[in-house]
Amino acid sequence: MIRLVDINKSYQTRRGQNHVLRDVNLTLEMGQKIGILGRNGAGKTTLIRILGGVEKPTSGRVERDMTISWPLAFSGAFQQSLTGYDNLKFICRIYGKDPEEALPAVEDFAELGRYMREPLKTYSAGMRARLGFAISLVVDFDCFLIDEVVAVGDQRFQDRCREELLVKRADRAMFLVSHNPGFIRENCDRAAVLTNGTLVYFDDVNEAYHHYQAHSLE
Amino acid sequence: MSDVENPGQTPSLRHSWAIQRRVIGALIMREIITRYGRHNIGFLWLFVEPAIFTVGVTLMWSALKAVHGSDLPIAAFALTGYSSVLVWRNMPNRLVGSIHPNLSLMYHRNVKVIDIFAARVLLECVGVGTSFFVLTLLFSSIGWMELPEDPAKAILGWLMLAWFGISLAMFIGALSNRTELIDKFWHPFTYLMFPLSGAAWLVDAAPPKLREIVMYVPMVNGVEWVRDGFFGSHFLAHYSPAYLIGWNVTLMFLALIEIRYASRNLVPE
Repeated sequence: MIRLVDINKSYQTRRGQNHVLRDVNLTLEMGQKIGILGRNGAGKTTLIRILGGVEKPTSGRVERDMTISWPLAFSGAFQQSLTGYDNLKFICRIYGKDPEEALPAVEDFAELGRYMREPLKTYSAGMRARLGFAISLVVDFDCFLIDEVVAVGDQRFQDRCREELLVKRADRAMFLVSHNPGFIRENCDRAAVLTNGTLVYFDDVNEAYHHYQAHSLE
Repeated sequence: MSDVENPGQTPSLRHSWAIQRRVIGALIMREIITRYGRHNIGFLWLFVEPAIFTVGVTLMWSALKAVHGSDLPIAAFALTGYSSVLVWRNMPNRLVGSIHPNLSLMYHRNVKVIDIFAARVLLECVGVGTSFFVLTLLFSSIGWMELPEDPAKAILGWLMLAWFGISLAMFIGALSNRTELIDKFWHPFTYLMFPLSGAAWLVDAAPPKLREIVMYVPMVNGVEWVRDGFFGSHFLAHYSPAYLIGWNVTLMFLALIEIRYASRNLVPE
């Protein structure tokens, strides 16, 4: 379970405080898949960082007893000057996994071929996304944070992601952030809309979608 | 504000320690590969680099000995002096501004600022320590100097100086996340501290009035301690272990506070 209680986050700017999240409450149990809709600048990324524990809230409480992935599709969690294999080794060491054991699965999913032994900076965006995704599957988190994974990768990659995450790992929790309502409607059982730092819940994904549509036209 | 891990149960200290060791180990391996690569002598540069500096300085000072003519073992004097400078200068150098390039690592929940610091500072400490140790053996074996008269004392003095370097590094490293002014001022500061650090002179050579003042510089106490272990019979060492340890404890305490502040105010890209 992950629970956010009355989370507020503000940043210091030259023109005073920028209040990014306002009294956000959220509970996510194993097996639940929640989608957050929000436009650019609504606070989606900040919310993900607080969930992942990268940033601390200005006020409020975070409780978690699940292991949480880094935001998938986010390549920053990797070292660009190292090879795919070195990155795999590093992450396996951090999470206490055996890299040799993990290698075949990663090679199979990432489909990098000889580029597995080349530095990440030589990769295309799609290759990076595949590697990142493959490594996160090896670590086997309880909860996957997915930040706009639809933006990168071709149809084949997206299909394989869906297979791995939604079918093979249906018992895990998922926290999906997107400004693509279609993707959330297809993959989540609950949705919320983040507007100006406030999270509004909807039991029905379609309602959330309509709310989002209405507000995105404002 | 709070962040509760495993609500309802306290993670055992031993488990946390195991994770931390694993993470620091992984960071050290990563640091070795990214910093030294797998080319030519690879990670051996870790101590070859400081060793080159030390040999250079020793040669230079030995050449100047003819001019200033004392009966001090000049190679041992240069080796202890310059190796001590490396301890309090190189370790902070490695940590100043080291949070920012590693911010993305914070997405891995087990990686904390203190782990990144620990990995870098341990690696640097092993580097300068190995360089000092290897050069001591080398210089003695080729007859430039005698082996330390009191090795235990020399090692203890060096460890206390290393503790000082580590604490200073962690404090300055965390502080540099607060303002980039630290980065700008740290380097000039090390240059200005070099002549004051006791690396190039002995406290006993200073007039008593000045002696009292220089004894307030913590590094001076460390260098004198190490030299006392190396060639204590050749000069009168002046140092206060309690004073240096007091600095170490205080700096380490401030460093931990500052690391905590930095950890709470991280903003990754």
